[in-house]
Amino acid sequence: MDGLAIPLNHVLIVALLLFITGLAGLMFRRNVIFMLMALEVMLNSAGLAFVAAGTAWQQADGQVIFMLILAVAAAEVSVGLGLVLQIQRRFRTLDMDQAKRLNS
Amino acid sequence: MLNNVWLVPLLPFISSVLLILFGRRLPRKLIAVMGAGSIGFAAALVLIVGLQFMQSQTSYTVHLWSWMQIGDFSPNFSFYIDQLTIVMMSIITGVGFLIHLYSTEFMQDDSDFSRYFAYMNMFVATMLILVLADNLLLLYLGWEGVGVCSYLLVGFWYKDPANGAASRKAFVVTRVGDTAMALGLLLLFTELRTLEIQAMLDAANTAWGVGDTIPTIAALLLLGGAVGKSAQLPLHTWLPDAMAGPTPVSALIHAATMVTAGVYLIARTHGLFILAPDVLMLVAVIGLATLLIAAFTALNQTDIKRILAYSTISQIGYMFLALGVGAWSASVFHLMTHAFFKALLFLAAGAVIHCLHHEHNIFRMGGLRRKLPVVFWSFLIGSAALAALPFTSGFFSKDQILLSAFEYHSSLTLLGFNLGSSIGPWLWAGGLLGAMLTAIYSFRLVFIVFFGEAQTEPNNHLGWRMAWPLALLCLLSLIGGWFTLPIASVFPASAEHQVSHLIEGISIAIPLIGVLIAWLIYYKHSLSFSSFTTSSSGQALRRFWKGGWGIDTLYNTMLVSPYVTIASAMRDEWLDKIYHAVVTISVLLHQVLSDSQSGKMRWYIISMVFGLIILISILGWAN
Repeated sequence: MDGLAIPLNHVLIVALLLFITGLAGLMFRRNVIFMLMALEVMLNSAGLAFVAAGTAWQQADGQVIFMLILAVAAAEVSVGLGLVLQIQRRFRTLDMDQAKRLNS
Repeated sequence: MLNNVWLVPLLPFISSVLLILFGRRLPRKLIAVMGAGSIGFAAALVLIVGLQFMQSQTSYTVHLWSWMQIGDFSPNFSFYIDQLTIVMMSIITGVGFLIHLYSTEFMQDDSDFSRYFAYMNMFVATMLILVLADNLLLLYLGWEGVGVCSYLLVGFWYKDPANGAASRKAFVVTRVGDTAMALGLLLLFTELRTLEIQAMLDAANTAWGVGDTIPTIAALLLLGGAVGKSAQLPLHTWLPDAMAGPTPVSALIHAATMVTAGVYLIARTHGLFILAPDVLMLVAVIGLATLLIAAFTALNQTDIKRILAYSTISQIGYMFLALGVGAWSASVFHLMTHAFFKALLFLAAGAVIHCLHHEHNIFRMGGLRRKLPVVFWSFLIGSAALAALPFTSGFFSKDQILLSAFEYHSSLTLLGFNLGSSIGPWLWAGGLLGAMLTAIYSFRLVFIVFFGEAQTEPNNHLGWRMAWPLALLCLLSLIGGWFTLPIASVFPASAEHQVSHLIEGISIAIPLIGVLIAWLIYYKHSLSFSSFTTSSSGQALRRFWKGGWGIDTLYNTMLVSPYVTIASAMRDEWLDKIYHAVVTISVLLHQVLSDSQSGKMRWYIISMVFGLIILISILGWAN
């Protein structure tokens, strides 16, 4: 397994890139579905960082936390998709900027 | 029956309370029946009480309940009946009933019909309490009660801000007098330990001698209250403005009853005033000055109601003159006849205004003699009584006043001169001049309004509810002076008049000369002062008289404007600025925060991210 060892720093850089990709998607996409997907990407980047760190220090904790993150992501997606359905029904669009009509 | 005299003020009071509570839901007919009927019942009760009283002729106290108990101060809620009370009650309920009946037609198109009768009934109830009260505190309750009702009724048509200003003026100006009166009550109580009128007068008589300082001060303070309520110099300015109210209100409150409360107060406490002869002379001088100034002002008015208002001030001046010279009965007699003919004049003026689309300017009336015969005859009779033409009611009362003034002499000396001994004929001469002016201005009104060219077509005609009160008041104005009031026993006896026939003849002739002058000027147009009245000094004099001798202007510049200036300066005070700044900043911050709640999801995310970045960089920089 040692031959395949990837330095921790590289993995963390990939995780950072993934996180920034997700964050940018969250900030700049207007479609709700894409925003949810961007959120998933961000969660998985955090998960990647955990797994890599767990491997680097030979600890199981990283993988345990990743399981937790998966569960959280599943719950989040189910709630999120419910909201998406409601938004689609109310506003007949998936554009998140239109949801500001909830304000008034 | 005498024990049940409390029913008299209670009836109007109950009716008023019912009208206040349920007035909006009651049909108009029922409101009219309640409003006028309660006063009618009260008048009938007064008649019964009066007849019973005349059999016994002894004063009577009806104790109802103890009002309060503070130390040794325990005023009762009890009524005192003597001849003076009976006379006042008869005027209030009798004339009051006629005016209420008239009002049911005069106000029938008004949307606030029930409010009007609620106030009017409350007024009658408080006025009755005023004259029935056996102690000065209860009298003060009635005194303030009529003040409040007057305020409410002057500003009855409150949607016009001018009416609101007039009612506030009436309230505030009389408040000046009322404050003096309250101080007088406090002084009397601290000195005599009682406010019960009869007991107080007896105590005053034993405790003080004639001309002592304390009774003089107390009488002066009470006089202050009377001057305010009765619109005498220098507190008379509210009455002409009070004409903003409906005309029957002017007839009831500002001619027949409330404004004569001051006369009643002085007559009721005459025992105290006798102890202060200097104050009595002041009363006479105030009366004379007021009657002359008001008469000159009335000559130059163009608003029919303002003419009558100034004439009321002038006639109450006569009553004060009579009080001052010690002619108590003559004063109350003139109070009664004045209530008849001035109520008649006001109601007739109201009928003119009613028929001419609320026209108040007498120069836009004219030629109404044939169009409104009932009103014409009422006005003629009222004016004749006001001018004291022979054998009308006003003649007898004014004659008595003038003769008493002629015989008056006092021992007042000022700077070494014995002023008092020769002042009587001067008061008499002033009163005569006033009588002539009265005749001129009242017949000026008659000739301008009812003769000459027609200016405005009348469009209404009078129903019986307006015509009958006019007819009855005509009758009272004519024959109201033929009887002697049985009130002499209330007051100290006065000697028979011992004046020559010449003096009496002059007193009779002067009003006739006044009518003749008015006839020549305003009917025949053969006597003309136009060369004088159009000259610049004549114009200035007319403006001066029309403005009520500049007294309103004087008060405005001396009191009102400085007060308003100070008040507006206080409003922009620096201390307030601090609190206002707090408010402004809070509003500003609130604005910013509420703008940030835009509802745009992505903006939230972006600001969260930037916030995090800033936080993390701060943490990193700190380590």
